[in-house]
Amino acid sequence: MTGRNLIDLLTKDSRAGIDRWVAKYPAEQKQSAVMAALRIAQDQNDGHLTTDLMDAVAEYLQMDSIAVYEVATFYSMYEMKPVGRHKICVCTNISCMLCGSEKIVEHLQEKLGVGFGEVTPYGRFSLKEVECLGACVGAPMFQIGEHYYEHLTAEKVDKILDELD
Amino acid sequence: MADIEINGKTIKARDGVMVIEAADEAGITIPRFCYHEKLSVAASCRMCLVEVEKAPKPLPACATPVSDGMKVWTNSPRALAAQKNVMEFLLINHPLDCPICDQGGECELQDIAVGYGNDVSRFAEIKRVVKSNDIGPLIVTDFTRCIHCTRCVRFGQEIAGIRELGATGRGEHMEIGTYVEKSVSSELSGNIIDLCPVGSLTSKPFRFTARAWELTDSAAVSPHDCVGSNLTLQTRRNKVMRSLPRANEAINETWISDRDRFGYVGLNSEDRLRTPMIKVAGEWREIDWKTALEQVVKGVKKLIDTQGADQLGALVSPGATLEEMYLLQKLMRTLGSANIDHRLRQIDFSDQDLLPPFPWLGQNIEQLEKVNAALLIGSNVRKEQPIIGHRLRKAAIAGANIMFVNPVDFMFNFPVAEKLIGNPAQMVRTLAAIAKALLDITGEAAPEGLASLLENISVGDTELAIAERLKAAENATVLLGALAQGSQRLSSLRALSVLIAKLSGARFGQLSEGANSSGGWLAGAVPHRGPVGQKTSVTSLVDASVMLEHPLRGYLLMGVEPELDSSHPVAATKVLNEAEFVVSLTPFLSEQMKQYADVLLPISPFSETSGTFVNIEGRWQSFAGAVAPLGDSRPAWKVLRVLGNLFDLPGFEYISSEQVRDELKASCGQAESSAEVAWRCPADFNAVSVSLLRVGEVPIYATDALVRRSEPLQQTQDAMAAAVYLNESVATGLGLVDGDIAQVVQGGGSVWLPVVIDERVADGCTVIPAALPETAGLGAIHGPVDVSKN
Repeated sequence: MTGRNLIDLLTKDSRAGIDRWVAKYPAEQKQSAVMAALRIAQDQNDGHLTTDLMDAVAEYLQMDSIAVYEVATFYSMYEMKPVGRHKICVCTNISCMLCGSEKIVEHLQEKLGVGFGEVTPYGRFSLKEVECLGACVGAPMFQIGEHYYEHLTAEKVDKILDELD
Repeated sequence: MADIEINGKTIKARDGVMVIEAADEAGITIPRFCYHEKLSVAASCRMCLVEVEKAPKPLPACATPVSDGMKVWTNSPRALAAQKNVMEFLLINHPLDCPICDQGGECELQDIAVGYGNDVSRFAEIKRVVKSNDIGPLIVTDFTRCIHCTRCVRFGQEIAGIRELGATGRGEHMEIGTYVEKSVSSELSGNIIDLCPVGSLTSKPFRFTARAWELTDSAAVSPHDCVGSNLTLQTRRNKVMRSLPRANEAINETWISDRDRFGYVGLNSEDRLRTPMIKVAGEWREIDWKTALEQVVKGVKKLIDTQGADQLGALVSPGATLEEMYLLQKLMRTLGSANIDHRLRQIDFSDQDLLPPFPWLGQNIEQLEKVNAALLIGSNVRKEQPIIGHRLRKAAIAGANIMFVNPVDFMFNFPVAEKLIGNPAQMVRTLAAIAKALLDITGEAAPEGLASLLENISVGDTELAIAERLKAAENATVLLGALAQGSQRLSSLRALSVLIAKLSGARFGQLSEGANSSGGWLAGAVPHRGPVGQKTSVTSLVDASVMLEHPLRGYLLMGVEPELDSSHPVAATKVLNEAEFVVSLTPFLSEQMKQYADVLLPISPFSETSGTFVNIEGRWQSFAGAVAPLGDSRPAWKVLRVLGNLFDLPGFEYISSEQVRDELKASCGQAESSAEVAWRCPADFNAVSVSLLRVGEVPIYATDALVRRSEPLQQTQDAMAAAVYLNESVATGLGLVDGDIAQVVQGGGSVWLPVVIDERVADGCTVIPAALPETAGLGAIHGPVDVSKN
């Protein structure tokens, strides 16, 4: 016992959000909501998870902590380290690669001065290499937040990034 | 039944079993890593691929159920090719450095690679490396060697009941581990060492000390609890190197507790006494056996002549063998004294004349997993008898209602249906309320004397629920645990438990302390009954408590450290120091012993003597010594036999321990396993006690002299720290806060201990662990205690 209530790490809104997901499953299978709960916890913490937050989710859903770690480390969209305000997820999978994603990556890395998995000095951007996001028709593409940006060119990338805060 | 054919051999397989089980039963070997008969099927290693008729591809034998008419080939060219391919993949990331791996020589991967691996690896790229973390003092991890069979993960989830290890990451980045730096805490954790098919999880105390092929196996029986788990002691050059489980479905299946696995480390402790010693004018002198034994005879004879035989008392460890206890009581009784006892941690002896021939579980250990309901009274079963806890866990998972009446809200690794947490005085009232509820349900009349006592007892919802669940269960049991048996109110708790069992149609059973408490009763190591429960004509009963609280002039101790092993540490130290003549037969030397003893005789621990333990089911399990006695130490049965000769007593002409056992067995015939306890109405339990009651829980790794000397076990989380554990409201009432150093005064002794706020402890009591050096300066381990700020 740490004496500290881990569940308190989840904000009231987060808890309400998790409760909505828990309600979708049978009462004795709260753990089914673990993926949604982790996403909600990640959102409240500027886009990344910490061990304490995962423990909080575990306690909230009455799961073993390790079972939550397993889920969180399995899926690539949970971040275990701090990310930038804007997480640029660049697809380098086959269609994007054939359409020139390598150039886009090169341009981004040069412009931002960071490599994959790194964050720009003031935390504005982070760069991440991802597998196919199912938008091959618009290749090359990347995702920032909840938006897909397609048919990218170096100029288009500059414009998109400049428009972000 | 399904008729299947494996490798052309026709086999009758039970419906629903997997091909691998059918093959195992038929003696056909299929290579495997992830499959284990006691765990769920993962089918992750693919090593057991076999060819099945009409199947387009090889199928995993561990996840393919048999069906009538099925034809399977385990070694056809196609099956072999599949198995060899899997092996090649498994070896891609596995280091090929068996000479520096502790598993080398007993490694499943190594063995199977001999048959299925290639001579030369085609993999020229770089192998992955996984960082290992420290998971505690018992197990070493080397996750670079891991082949991801997940046996350890499934063990945690399915058997130990706490998931501590897991598989994080995915694909090539998947790693087995705890993810965060953390020790595993399960009391069964050591079993993952056996389960691990590679050198990823190995024993920390054993690491790099011996190779499997240098070791000799000897069958042994656990000396630590009343389960009698079957062990294999592995020895080299006359030293016990490690302890492993020996499969016995009826007792421990293929598991053993960590206490049974790592307790052996104490055998090689520096504290071992190697030669007989006598105290001459206050100085200890090493001496030969002949002189030492003559000294004993002289001292005892002098005592008997001047003070009378009834001034001699014998205290024997409940972990001594049947033969040792039988010979000691024979020696004592022939010398004219019935003062012998092995119930060292018991306080209330008032119902001992009502008890059956020996404490009995009331059923077989195997039956415990079939119960529909169980009520445990004063028991932290998970830590007291881990294997019994495991059986009850199985029952609970199958839907049984496991219920507790306890002074502490212990954590269990299975769902607890109902629990009532109260101090020892409240526990009696709680049981009375459950009994009252059952009397109402059944409409039976209360036994003699109870009706008036029950008048003021009110039945709460939980008491009623417990009563109803017990009554409704077809197969129920009521078990009395160690905390109840040490309690000052044992006789009341026992009488009410028996009544509850009777009224609800449940079986009554006891979980006794020590490895051989049942044997102690059968051997006659109790003052009021001779061997096999014979009535004796002794009038003044001198039980362990009396012997420790009221000084006798002389004592014989066997395998006992009374300041740690008895219920009256302070009084014990005092009476022993004041006694004229104290002989201690002991495998270990302690400073205290040097204070009070006059003669020290080195005797063999369980690994160096032949003997018998009778477990809580009444099962006699004999074993032979695994190694020769250390130094000049000798098996205690031989020492006692020679003492008998030196006293010129008749009937001490044994030439083997088997002869001793057979003599007792013959007189036993078949000692009846019985849980019948005659009714005697408990003393009035309505009065509410005002004082603070101590609950002297014996920590799992402090139960006996051997386990206390096992260093690795002492470093685990379960090795409880000496402290005053109490809940916040009790602490506030005493003006204490967490972290204070409080003065504890009890039985004429006083010690200072840190205060730990623990909400699991009931009101009106405090847990102050017994059997620890820090609390050896206190009085009765269960009883009133004064705790104050200064």
